Amino acid sequence: MIETRGLTKLFKDKKRGEIRAVDGVSFTCSPGQIYGLLGANGAGKTTTLRMLATILEPTDGTAIVCGYDVVEAPQKVRANVGFLSTATALYPRLSSQEMVEYFGRLNGIEEAELKKRVDEIFTRLDMNSFRDRRCDKLSTGMKQKTSIARTLIHDPQVMIFDEPTLGLDIMTARTILEFIRECRQRGKTVIFSTHVMSEVEKLCDVIGIIQSGKLLAEGSLAALREKYKEQDLEEIFVKVVAPHYKPEEAA
Amino acid sequence: MPLQNIGTVYGKELTEALRDRRTLISTLLVPLLLFPLMSVGFFGLALTLEKKAEEEIPKVMLLGGADSPQVVGELRASKKIEVVPATPDWKDKIINKEIRAAIAIPDGFEASLAQQNPQTIEIYKYRGELKSSISADTVETNLKAYRDKVIESRLDANHVPASVLKPFLIKQENVAPPEKVGGAAFGGIIGYMVILLCLTGGMYPAMDLTAGEKERGTMETILSSPISRLDLVLGKFFLVLTASLVTAALSVLSMGVSFWGIQQLKAFDVTNNPDAAAMQLQIKLPAVLSVFLMALPLAVLFSAGLITISLFAKSYKEAQSYVTPLMILVIIPAVAAMLPGVELTAKLALIPILNVSLLCKELVTGTYHWNFIVLIFLSTCVYAAAALFLAVKMFQREDVLFRS
Repeated sequence: MIETRGLTKLFKDKKRGEIRAVDGVSFTCSPGQIYGLLGANGAGKTTTLRMLATILEPTDGTAIVCGYDVVEAPQKVRANVGFLSTATALYPRLSSQEMVEYFGRLNGIEEAELKKRVDEIFTRLDMNSFRDRRCDKLSTGMKQKTSIARTLIHDPQVMIFDEPTLGLDIMTARTILEFIRECRQRGKTVIFSTHVMSEVEKLCDVIGIIQSGKLLAEGSLAALREKYKEQDLEEIFVKVVAPHYKPEEAA
Repeated sequence: MPLQNIGTVYGKELTEALRDRRTLISTLLVPLLLFPLMSVGFFGLALTLEKKAEEEIPKVMLLGGADSPQVVGELRASKKIEVVPATPDWKDKIINKEIRAAIAIPDGFEASLAQQNPQTIEIYKYRGELKSSISADTVETNLKAYRDKVIESRLDANHVPASVLKPFLIKQENVAPPEKVGGAAFGGIIGYMVILLCLTGGMYPAMDLTAGEKERGTMETILSSPISRLDLVLGKFFLVLTASLVTAALSVLSMGVSFWGIQQLKAFDVTNNPDAAAMQLQIKLPAVLSVFLMALPLAVLFSAGLITISLFAKSYKEAQSYVTPLMILVIIPAVAAMLPGVELTAKLALIPILNVSLLCKELVTGTYHWNFIVLIFLSTCVYAAAALFLAVKMFQREDVLFRS
């Protein structure tokens, strides 16, 4: 379960002054549900997700993730969250198995249990052929699988995906999308940011459209279609975002 | 749990460091090779060259002296110089190193000498050129010997004993044991090298673990794990400290082996070569351990400082541009300690790096000023703690971790 309450993040920039990257965002995401955060570049998606993963601290407001407050108990939040983005790279000099084991140990998993879980995940994701290969020698697909294994090792209840398919080829992107779907089937709370409309249409139970740090529209695809009298999600998105769009924010 | 987390981060960073060629070179290879190469190689070569220069029989040109057969005969009789006939281009020949020096004997030198009129014999040399200077000194020694003979004959003619010119003798004697003599000459360099290697040993791991992590995109990955930022920075810090200390330990070990090696070389035997007296550097085990002990808080200071500075950088390359000036900042006080006459005082004992460098100079000679040792150790610990505190604080700043 994720519940954000007036989540706000300000950044100070020497040239642009104070920037409201996220401005009073409130939404709820329930277990067994995929919440899609849709927005243009610089809309505030990554900052929102980084606050949920407690990588950044909110300037104002808060979020409750798995019953823990992101401001008051960030470590407990992280212990219940799996965070995956194109920016979460792998350690090049560790093998695929060492990488996953490292994160298992950081999550406090006992060695015997860790070995069991690593074997199970590596078999499930068909990773045994490259488990001893160094991460810098892995193909993009192998790297993505290792990243997935890294987020799964502590069996988190909440999964946060920040533009996970950005820059990936179709086949690798499909693996990721299938994995996100599987997370929902397993009853996890999933939040997923993207600017690819087709991904949102295929996956998300609830869609939140964000621009200039503000959550401008929220609802299921059917509800949004009805509200904005448009069938195509891209048209809906443009209708919602256009009045608020500032090109300089996308830079 | 925090200790376990720090250990987990440390173990992972150690695994990665041992697989990184750059870290291995700076931490292990440089200290192991630097001292043997520098001490045996450089000093050995310098002494060999000097010895060779002394052994060479230099060509010296005689200008004038046709009417002074006695002094010319004395010079020609010398086995340490070869007198060659005069040519008009003698200056060029000295500059071109065809001859090493020239002696100008004024006309009517011996006639004037007989009348007891003061005369000047000029020796021309190439200043700054080692072999020319040695040749000029040899010529001067020969001429002084001849002058002494003239004085003796004059005294004898007047029935005055030769001892009238030397009513008493003056003699300099060394009372310091060999390790102190050698230490005074080389102690400064040893402290300097240990300090410098403490820094360079931690340099690459520090950049790799901070700016390198940002550049490779693993910073966000690790920050998404439940580990606290304090445990994370401490795990990284201990790895950088290990690299720094291993480099320092290997450099001290390598230093000891190098100087032991020097003493095994016959060329440096004091009885055969008095100039090699200063090379009789006997570093004793307590001195080695003391140097290492003093390097400990300094390594903490360097490791924390390097992490703080490198963390600020966005990339490995940017980190290098920040760390390079830091090297100069470290080298200046370390070199200042080597300057002649710079000795430990209470005020200097509070200046970081300079204090340890000065103390190492003393420790190598086997001198233990306990008040200074305590003061320097404690003050360096304070600086180190401040640097570590700063590193921890930096790791909690979002604008530093996500600087773009």
